[in-house]
Amino acid sequence: MNKKQKKMLIRIILAAFLMIVLHFLPVKGAIRFGLYLVPYLIIGYDILIKAGKGIKNRQVFDENFLMAVATLGAIMLAVYKDGDYTEAIAVMLFYQVGEWFQSYAVGKSRRNISELMDIRPDYANVEQDGKLVQVDPDEVEIGGIIIVQPGEKVPVDGIVTEGSSSLDTSALTGESIPREVGRGEEIISGCINMTGVLKIRTTKEFGESTVSRILDLVENASSRKSKSEDFISRFAKVYTPLVCCSALALALLPPLLRMSVLGLPAEWGDWFYRALTFLVISCPCALVVSIPLSFFAGIGGAGNAGVLVKGSNYLEAMSRTRYVVFDKTGTLTQGVFEVNAVHHNSLDQEKLLEYAALAESASSHPISKSLKKAYGEPIDRSRVNDIREISGNGVIASVDGLSVAVGNAKLMKRLQVEYRDCHHTGTIVHMAIDGVYAGHIVISDLIKPHAKEAVAALKSAGVTRTIMLTGDVDAVAEQVAEELGIDEVYSELLPEGKVKKVEELLEKRGGKERLVFVGDGINDAPVLSRADIGIAMGALGSDAAIEAADVVLMDDDPLKIAKAIRISRKCLRIVYENIWFAIGIKVICLLLGALGIANMWLAVFADVGVMILAVLNAIRALFVKKL
Amino acid sequence: MKKTYKIEVDCANCANKMEDAAKKTAGVKNATVNFMTLKMNVEFEEGQDPKSVMREVRANCKKVEDDCEVFI
Repeated sequence: MNKKQKKMLIRIILAAFLMIVLHFLPVKGAIRFGLYLVPYLIIGYDILIKAGKGIKNRQVFDENFLMAVATLGAIMLAVYKDGDYTEAIAVMLFYQVGEWFQSYAVGKSRRNISELMDIRPDYANVEQDGKLVQVDPDEVEIGGIIIVQPGEKVPVDGIVTEGSSSLDTSALTGESIPREVGRGEEIISGCINMTGVLKIRTTKEFGESTVSRILDLVENASSRKSKSEDFISRFAKVYTPLVCCSALALALLPPLLRMSVLGLPAEWGDWFYRALTFLVISCPCALVVSIPLSFFAGIGGAGNAGVLVKGSNYLEAMSRTRYVVFDKTGTLTQGVFEVNAVHHNSLDQEKLLEYAALAESASSHPISKSLKKAYGEPIDRSRVNDIREISGNGVIASVDGLSVAVGNAKLMKRLQVEYRDCHHTGTIVHMAIDGVYAGHIVISDLIKPHAKEAVAALKSAGVTRTIMLTGDVDAVAEQVAEELGIDEVYSELLPEGKVKKVEELLEKRGGKERLVFVGDGINDAPVLSRADIGIAMGALGSDAAIEAADVVLMDDDPLKIAKAIRISRKCLRIVYENIWFAIGIKVICLLLGALGIANMWLAVFADVGVMILAVLNAIRALFVKKL
Repeated sequence: MKKTYKIEVDCANCANKMEDAAKKTAGVKNATVNFMTLKMNVEFEEGQDPKSVMREVRANCKKVEDDCEVFI
């Protein structure tokens, strides 16, 4: 609680206490009026002052002004009948309780959400004259050396120059398994160093580092307002004047009608009271606070789960996702080529791999890298000589005195070796040793572990169609799509082709349906920005992707896509609940008030109650762990 | 040119009113007020001095909501 809130709480308690005490005091007339004025002024003086200023500034439909009119009107009625002053005080009291609760809840959730995103490092350790000195991370220059001790946050992006450790990246990615880093590896700010001391050479300034960029993104997220928020602020603008005019009409028209047409007594006091009841419900606060709060909580909760949403509008759009378009490589597959199968003839599988790795030892091609990785042992270059690379075909080298040819079908034809085709899809590396076919190795991109579940999860999250775009060949694309259960595949596309396809799909989709494109942020920035919602995954550190995407997944687990959609759907469900609930209750109260069934007590109770419930409901959007 | 300013305001509807007031201020191209983060993003028209425009924005905001502050 801050100072303002504490002061308000004291005023609320004091006024409530006085009101109860006065209820039991047997005084009458002017003294009674004077005594009741005390709690009224205690609880309402600021409203009256603000109302006065509002009149000065010609703000007629100011809540304070309306509240002042309603309560002063009620007091006037009470004086006239020497009746019940408690009503006016209670209305003011509950109104203030509502405002107090709103301010408390909003403040609390503000803090909660910023704690969730508590990745801002407070200092950086720099070595000066052999001692560690703590400096502001802003002061560390590019290329400077910083030291991160166990338990500390990495303040600036950089490269490890000394030491190794495991890092807790959960605040950034939501991933609980620690990441190992060692010398020469890149390290991103915001991770927590868990075990060893690390010396890091910074590669970016603090302001450009991952942690600053993420914080910036989250803090500015709700500035891009959603349609629901716009609707509510437009609604609020008409709501108050409308209710006030109806109140005026209610105070004047029925009595006049009764007098002139029906010939009944006018009952001015009764209708005046009903009009005052209207004014009590005229504040649109419950709605106006709960909608942005829902979005704020939703974005905060998503951020905590490793899903950065760049604006309320994207969260809203994402809840209507019907089409999900994937880029294959790096999104559904790992984008890393690995030896998938070895089909050998007479030679041992290991031997075949060993020869392949040795023959390819001089090459840095991704294929040869994956061969070396599959071999897994250090390569003794002295066993290889006379390496000849035949461009577009492969390599011929002499390994242990044997002539080893490693390459594609063209190479085999060239050497006039009879080779066998493979039924596997992927890149086939044929091998011939001393002119005799020795078998082939299948190298392919591996499907990500959760990719299949991710596609299924999307379906259950309301996505009607999943589509995969890839630059890869048909056979590979078809196979991946079939394995994952993807509905449509478009293969052998150039980057421009992907944009075109997405545009075609955008034309096909229905008016309210939304299309999501998921990419890894490499080469697909144009598609990311063209889709309704562009999701970049595993994009930490890739500035272009963070820039182009609307939603950034901090790790590269495809399951997060469905999670993001579920988070957005929950948030929007809460938003609609709040809109209907708050407007509904207000309309009911207005009707009951007009009919004289609801008195001011009920009106203010309902109004404050709706606000409290709506705010509590909004905060629910924060809890996304189990989604 | 766009700039972000810290604000202080207690109720969400007041924040909306401040947004409207800021938008209507001369020299302001567009403005959004974020009640949750208590920030005001202001886009200025070409060739305007942000400082003097913001003083106007603050004055206009105070007119619609007495109990608010814009930290320039």
